[in-house]
Amino acid sequence: MTDVDPTAAGDGRREVPRIVTSRWDLTDGYTLDRYRETGGYEALAKAVNEMTPAQVAEQVKGASLLGRGGAGFPAGVKWGFCPPGVFPRYIVVNGDESEPGTYKDRILMERDPHQLIEGVLIACYAIGASQAFLYVRGEMALAQERLAEALNDAYAAGLVGHRILGTDFSVDVVLHWGAGAYIVGEETALIESLEGNRGMPRLKPPYFPAAKGLYMQPTVVNNVETLANLPWIVANGGAAFADLGAENSKGTRLFAVSGHVRNPGVFEVEFGVTTFRDIIYGERYADGIRDGNRIKAYIPGGASAPWFFEEHLDLPLEAGAVGAAGSMLGSGAIVVMDETTDAVKAAWRVVRFFARESCGKCTPCREGTSWLEKILRRMLDGHGRPADVDKLLDICDNISPSITWPPKQTTICPLGPSAVSPIASAVLRFRDEFAAYCGGDAEVTVPVGGKAYLSTPPTASVGSTA
Amino acid sequence: MTDTSAPPTVGITVDGKSIEAAKGELVIEAAERNGVYIPRFCYHSRMKPVGMCRMCIVEIDTGRGPALQPSCMIECTDGMTVSTDSPVTQKAQEGVLEFLLVNHPLDCPVCDKGGECPLQDQTMSYGPGESRFVEEKRHFEKPIPVSDLVLLDRERCILCDRCTRFAKEVAGDPLIHFMDRGNQTQVNTFPDHPFASYFSGNTVQICPVGALTATPYRFKARPWDLEQVESTCTSCSVGCRVVVQSSRNRVLRYQGVDNDAVNWGWMCDKGRFDFEAVNSEDRLGNPLVRDAGLSLKPATWNDALRRVATSVREGLDRSGPAGFAVIGGARLTNEDQYAWVKLTKGLIGSDHMDAQLGDGLPAEAVLGLPRATIDDACRPGGTVVVLGPDVKEELPILFLRLRHAVREDGVKIVELASTRTGLTDDLAAASLRYRPGHALPVVRALISGRDVDDEVGGVAPEAMRAAQELLADGPITVVMGRANLAESGRSIAAAAAAIHHTLPDVRFLSGLRRANVHGALELGMAPGLLPGRVTLDGGREWFAERWPAVPTAKGLDAAGILRAAADGKIDTLVLLGADPLADFPDRDLAERGLAGARTVIALDQFLTESVKQAEVVLPVAGYAEVEGTTTNLEGRVSTLGRKVTPPGTAQSDWIVAAEVAQRLGHDLGVESVADLAAEIEAVAPVFSGLTADRLSTATGRDGVVVMLPTRRGGNGASDSAAAEASPAAPVTDEEETEAEAVPTEVDEAMIEAESAEGAAPEVEEALVLPPTTGISLPVWTIIDPPSVDAYSLRLVVTRKLYDRGTLVRASPSLAELAEPAALHLHPQDFDRLGVGAGDDVRITSTKGNVTVPTVPDAGVPRSVAHLHANRAGGRANVLIDGNTPITDVRVERP
Repeated sequence: MTDVDPTAAGDGRREVPRIVTSRWDLTDGYTLDRYRETGGYEALAKAVNEMTPAQVAEQVKGASLLGRGGAGFPAGVKWGFCPPGVFPRYIVVNGDESEPGTYKDRILMERDPHQLIEGVLIACYAIGASQAFLYVRGEMALAQERLAEALNDAYAAGLVGHRILGTDFSVDVVLHWGAGAYIVGEETALIESLEGNRGMPRLKPPYFPAAKGLYMQPTVVNNVETLANLPWIVANGGAAFADLGAENSKGTRLFAVSGHVRNPGVFEVEFGVTTFRDIIYGERYADGIRDGNRIKAYIPGGASAPWFFEEHLDLPLEAGAVGAAGSMLGSGAIVVMDETTDAVKAAWRVVRFFARESCGKCTPCREGTSWLEKILRRMLDGHGRPADVDKLLDICDNISPSITWPPKQTTICPLGPSAVSPIASAVLRFRDEFAAYCGGDAEVTVPVGGKAYLSTPPTASVGSTA
Repeated sequence: MTDTSAPPTVGITVDGKSIEAAKGELVIEAAERNGVYIPRFCYHSRMKPVGMCRMCIVEIDTGRGPALQPSCMIECTDGMTVSTDSPVTQKAQEGVLEFLLVNHPLDCPVCDKGGECPLQDQTMSYGPGESRFVEEKRHFEKPIPVSDLVLLDRERCILCDRCTRFAKEVAGDPLIHFMDRGNQTQVNTFPDHPFASYFSGNTVQICPVGALTATPYRFKARPWDLEQVESTCTSCSVGCRVVVQSSRNRVLRYQGVDNDAVNWGWMCDKGRFDFEAVNSEDRLGNPLVRDAGLSLKPATWNDALRRVATSVREGLDRSGPAGFAVIGGARLTNEDQYAWVKLTKGLIGSDHMDAQLGDGLPAEAVLGLPRATIDDACRPGGTVVVLGPDVKEELPILFLRLRHAVREDGVKIVELASTRTGLTDDLAAASLRYRPGHALPVVRALISGRDVDDEVGGVAPEAMRAAQELLADGPITVVMGRANLAESGRSIAAAAAAIHHTLPDVRFLSGLRRANVHGALELGMAPGLLPGRVTLDGGREWFAERWPAVPTAKGLDAAGILRAAADGKIDTLVLLGADPLADFPDRDLAERGLAGARTVIALDQFLTESVKQAEVVLPVAGYAEVEGTTTNLEGRVSTLGRKVTPPGTAQSDWIVAAEVAQRLGHDLGVESVADLAAEIEAVAPVFSGLTADRLSTATGRDGVVVMLPTRRGGNGASDSAAAEASPAAPVTDEEETEAEAVPTEVDEAMIEAESAEGAAPEVEEALVLPPTTGISLPVWTIIDPPSVDAYSLRLVVTRKLYDRGTLVRASPSLAELAEPAALHLHPQDFDRLGVGAGDDVRITSTKGNVTVPTVPDAGVPRSVAHLHANRAGGRANVLIDGNTPITDVRVERP
């Protein structure tokens, strides 16, 4: 899965260091001893001994480290939103990685837990938090075990807890296991869950975590991968990080490729430079489509993202470019579907996920996603009606008005609109497949705005040369 | 947002119309205030918004272009533009309604809510017209009981979070909750923990669909068949505004009416569901007269009234007015009460009249202390000292108001109670567990402002100091009432008086619980008082011009009347809806009193234990059958509505009074309730200006507070009360006279304070002016109770919401909720007494004994035996000795 050259880079591109995956090839990279042997906790020592919190924050800001959870908001800027002078404030680590196809954080936590802990401590130092909460998805048993062990070892070694490394910097890290809800990946729902309530999103405003988060105190919620980058940034400087990657996407980034590829896995690539074609077809990466098949569609950034097709393969893995094309890079999950895929069934699968994971708070999401699932299931069972396609889109429109990208929403959080993406993608691209299930085509009256949905297949044969 | 220089109002545009909104006001409210109704399900003005149902979603533009936003969550900001009817808004709202109906069973034809259903109504107004849903709807088992009174149909539920929010936020009983997730989300109770809340019925009222139904109303009527009238609940003295709904001359439902001053739309379950008692088969419909064979036999009104008149006349011939006594009357309307006061005091001339049954407080304490409204008590930043009942059990809606005040407005509660109450766990900032009988020393220490080094009355010095700190700043309101029936009410009255004399700015909210007991006291249904909050002496001249007679001397209270009756000195004892055998704390005395009175005449709706002892039983009309007014614990007078006819030939209490008067050769001078109301307004000073018209205005409909006495005079009890309420009654300084009892050390200080304060009113000789209002505080001499001996436990008897009271017993849905009697003991007392949890024990006092099972209860202090009043299987009042300030009992294995 991770048999990548330590100096991996895109095909023919310059070589870049492995920032967060450097210990993935070690069988004992998760132990404290091995971690320290390989330079672990040196960045922490550097930060607390040689730098002020403001200097640390400045380095992170200078690195232009974008959040790796999906929204891609600059981490340094996010930290700055905490109202000055309000304490206590908390760091919450979002380890509730649940987006279908995304499994980078799990491996980060399993194989290099100390790197995350060190990142957490650096972040706490930078923003002045003395308590951090590590929220790990309930199903990730090994990650929980490794993190718990790592935390115990780090506490024992004086790296976490009271007077870290002999300084007057103290942080407690609390490990919390989730109960298995996708929505808890949404930061305010995660905070609710952490407080012991049902994992349901809070209303924004007023509940922006930076202002009113955990226990109504200023709270920074960061993704696992985001924080895992911090030791390297502190050790090597924000500028070194910013030297990597593209204009608006600095550093390296993890992408999880799954689906109908020969070599699925998590790959660290230079951010913003590598293309979808590189990572899907590159020998060092996913190594092309299985059985020599042709690609039909792929999800570029988690199940919520509008689908891409072969005409999008040469787009760089860069938020701006992907966004301009009408989808999102999201959580770094690329799910590849080959030509044998049934588009209706694929849409049903994804919608079913969202219907099951809807928290049930907002009416359009609770009722809309399950209704969409029922219609698709009915089609698959052979009871489709010609009017169903238009109905599907109209239901989508009632969840996410005018089916645009980025989506508008009638709900509190974007989970409901997430279910719109697969349907709009599949319906508009593979209308004939839907018509076949519906006993014929009928007029589609619902206007659709999203650019990726409206993408048309290239006339010349592109892409499937592999 | 934090710009403090911003004006308090902002200008927004709603559908093209410019409106002014308060800064911070929610868009949905600002729009509604200006005539634009935005549909909603989860939003409720008395609860925090959650933005869940998405029905109130509208296009809002704050300068960044229009976006769909839930109007229940967005606060108005200057320049905001709101479109509630744009195509985008309309499509979104249609979409939400279609989604809500996707899994809704649409069983409107058999649904109780059909016809008054917000889902139905808003689907008609804002819905898409038809559904495109052809798949199978979700199914749940239905209905499931969430409590003894409420059933839940999870298929109809639209998951608006109103009931669950109410349970958690308002009632503080978070026993219903969302379970599961997504499309399988449902409201449910936790296993084996039913939604046993005193306020569960409110969830039925606020449910926007037919998901929650109440067993007493379920399938009884369709909304369009209901007729209704606004009224005031008289299940306790809080006086919640309600509507009484009936169909075919049967009361079928009460619903709370939202008024700012009292109940905010809420009701307790007892108040909501005791309408069943109105329809009870056990209601008395015919007069009963004891025949020669000594059993009660039906009689005509003529015969019954003749019998009454004969007995009264014979009694008067034998012993004069002093042989005539009336107990009870707190159930009556103000008008009924006045009629009986006029008959008793103004025609017969007897002052032996007491609306309370020895289970309340001296009338002087209730009327003579500066009074507060509920709003006064709940004012942000204040402190409430609860010196009295378990508010949750006796005055449930006052409990909700106090709960809100504590949780939302920073009000602090200092509780003085001998056992744990509904306030103790979550709401009271300090709970002083005083030893029964020691209320006065504990209160003195509390308000002394001095450091306490030793335990006082069972209260540790640390607890006392903590409570003292809470009284340090902010206005203080005292809720006073009778928590412990085994402890003399005089000790509470003395404690309240001590607070008044030390802290003259403190105001008092009476915690007496009987429906219209405050009206009764205002109208003179207590010894020494005349209507309108005047004393016998102060009002003699005025009433002598208006009534044929005025009592010559102060009469007896209920205990005194019963004692006199037991001694054979009472010829005629009238029970006005009173059941002394059940309610008088000293049952032994009540038994001897009823047996000793020569003739007992009972006016009642039910054949209670006491009524069965009467010579003549006159059936009277009750709640929802009579009109008039009632007075709540604030002194707020509000209307009672009549919706159904009484059973059989039952009559209003005032008509009985008029008939009796006529047969005694007098004329009560009234022919209708309106006549009575007019006479009260004319003769009873504090009711001056309180006309029927006044009560039918928009603000008057919520009730008008009769003039409140204040320590310093002139300045009404509260701004709001003064502005909206004070009738044009003479405003005088409170008159305070010297006490009659032997002064104690503190009492001397009190007298000094009083003579300094008391301004003698000028008396003009020529013309009889309306008497000065205001009742002086006597000095209640309190004997320190003896210390409890090592073999005894001190008795605490408190009341629960559901007991064997007449109305609860006559309401089948509630009767089952009254638990049987049990003795609550501190867990550590079991070993000492050699009894086990759940064992039957015999409790013995000097008066009697009862045998009940035990319950370990850490809320009971050691060496205290805690019983609940009026429960099946063991009457606590058998044990109480009314002659002693406290009662000690022995607990043994039977």
